[in-house]
Amino acid sequence: MSLSAYVPIVGLFALAGAFGLFSVAAAPFIGPRRFNKAKLDAYECGIEPTPQPVGGGRFPVKFYLTAMLFIVFDIEIIFLYPWAVSFNMLGVFGFVEMLLFIGTVFVAYAYVWRRGGLDWD
Amino acid sequence: MILSLLSDVPPLTPLGGDPTLEDFGKDPWWIVLIKVLAVFVFLVVMTLFTIWYERRVVARMQVRPGPNRHGPFGLLQSLADGLKLAFKEDIMPLKADKIVFFIAPVISTVCAFTAFAIIPFGPMVSMFGVKTPMQLTDIPVAVLLVLACSGMGIYGIVLGGWASGSTYPLLGGLRSSAQLISYEVAMGLSFVAVFMTAGTMSTSGIVAAQAHGGEAFGWLPTPGWFALLLLPSFVIYSISAVGETNRAPFDLPEAESELVGGFHTEYSSLKFALFFLAEYINMVTVSALCTTLFLGGWRAPAPITTVWAGANSGWWPLLWFTIKVLLLLFVFVWLRGTLPRLRYDQFMRFGWKVLIPVNLVWILALAGLKVAQKSSYSTTDKLMFVGVPLAVIILLALFWPAKAEEEPKTVQEQVAERPEGSFPLPPMDLQVPVSPRAKRLTAERETVPASTEKEV
Repeated sequence: MSLSAYVPIVGLFALAGAFGLFSVAAAPFIGPRRFNKAKLDAYECGIEPTPQPVGGGRFPVKFYLTAMLFIVFDIEIIFLYPWAVSFNMLGVFGFVEMLLFIGTVFVAYAYVWRRGGLDWD
Repeated sequence: MILSLLSDVPPLTPLGGDPTLEDFGKDPWWIVLIKVLAVFVFLVVMTLFTIWYERRVVARMQVRPGPNRHGPFGLLQSLADGLKLAFKEDIMPLKADKIVFFIAPVISTVCAFTAFAIIPFGPMVSMFGVKTPMQLTDIPVAVLLVLACSGMGIYGIVLGGWASGSTYPLLGGLRSSAQLISYEVAMGLSFVAVFMTAGTMSTSGIVAAQAHGGEAFGWLPTPGWFALLLLPSFVIYSISAVGETNRAPFDLPEAESELVGGFHTEYSSLKFALFFLAEYINMVTVSALCTTLFLGGWRAPAPITTVWAGANSGWWPLLWFTIKVLLLLFVFVWLRGTLPRLRYDQFMRFGWKVLIPVNLVWILALAGLKVAQKSSYSTTDKLMFVGVPLAVIILLALFWPAKAEEEPKTVQEQVAERPEGSFPLPPMDLQVPVSPRAKRLTAERETVPASTEKEV
């Protein structure tokens, strides 16, 4: 098993990238171009666009919390994958270890749940 | 030169056989090129077809014909739409972040295409005299590639929404990213049971692991599909796949009533077409991955193989694979035609509070079962292994302290609780007198003779 099995992935990536970049670059030249100030405004269903705050403004902290929780569980998944692949070789020891690990994550999960970290509003 | 390269490598799996990891990475460059082009064309054609297919099926569900003008059965409709989009003006909003706005659809598209690189279409075939697996490539961590690509694809959406410099796209992009990462966790967890059973993460290995069913109770032959063996994982994967692809009933990032068009509100022309393409490729990818991981991959379903032994050799598996993918795509459309959109908090609650814990408990239960099956313990010990944790979990669930529901207050209690200095309330038994105008109108209506009223 050498790295050559990864080459086709790079090939598909390059082809898709070329296709995407070509489409995006070609779009202004293929289509018409008629200036209209209102057309270049932010779309808000026909009303005057709301002034945007400088620097993107603020957004609900819930999104940040969700991202943090995602990292916690994604790392758990990353630990679970190698364990799952070699599960048949690990036997009872592997099972007990994973029981302890998932138990630890469950404690954190229960904590987040009770503190309302999983409620949207 | 190619022949000399091939001569000193171990012999490949025979034609029609299951490719193993050893068979990949040995194609000459022109075969790789053909395969890359084939996957690319397959995805583009599938996208064009799926858009038409969805519109036709949804139309049938709503008792209308759907697109039927361009080409036979309207099959060229999506091609016509694509061309139309290409000849539309490419609008760049004044407030947009130029470079990011430009690059975001490309990110989405590239990630969508790349994820398909490891999907197996069939067994070993002879392609222009060269023996090669009918699959672009396979690597030991193949499924991780799909997860990585879907993770990177989120950047396209969130950056596209952010770079538009407009309110609705920003909200749509944020919502979309929160939704995608939430359901990616559930999706990632649903793979664990598959890897445990197959013992590998390579997609060709997973397909091979589903080739032969076992026998339940020593006599009942069971199919090897992981959808049946690992039903909870399959269900969780299917649900999270709908969430991952922003499809109805989980299409909250594009909820028209709340967000106009979501993250791509400001996009037009080919940039919009790229987002559209990426969305449909993602649909095809999750369906193909579902086929590979849970529905036996490219193998023909059981009744066909018993009648026709050659169903799994040559190029035929491509047909079975496509049929399975199209059936799954039909389910996507069916869901869209049937279910109303969820509310955002319901949706997030379902992902975090139902799918993830159920998934973890299922993985542990499966692991316990497998350990008990393999070990040399007696039946009572095995029962202890499974029964005691199960009993503990059930007891915990039963006696888990629930929040006491508060009794709804009566009106009198609410009135009594009002702080000092509140506005005066009208009396509770207030009878509003009928206004003189309403009285007059009623009187006028009653004077109309009954004979002039038309019988309907």
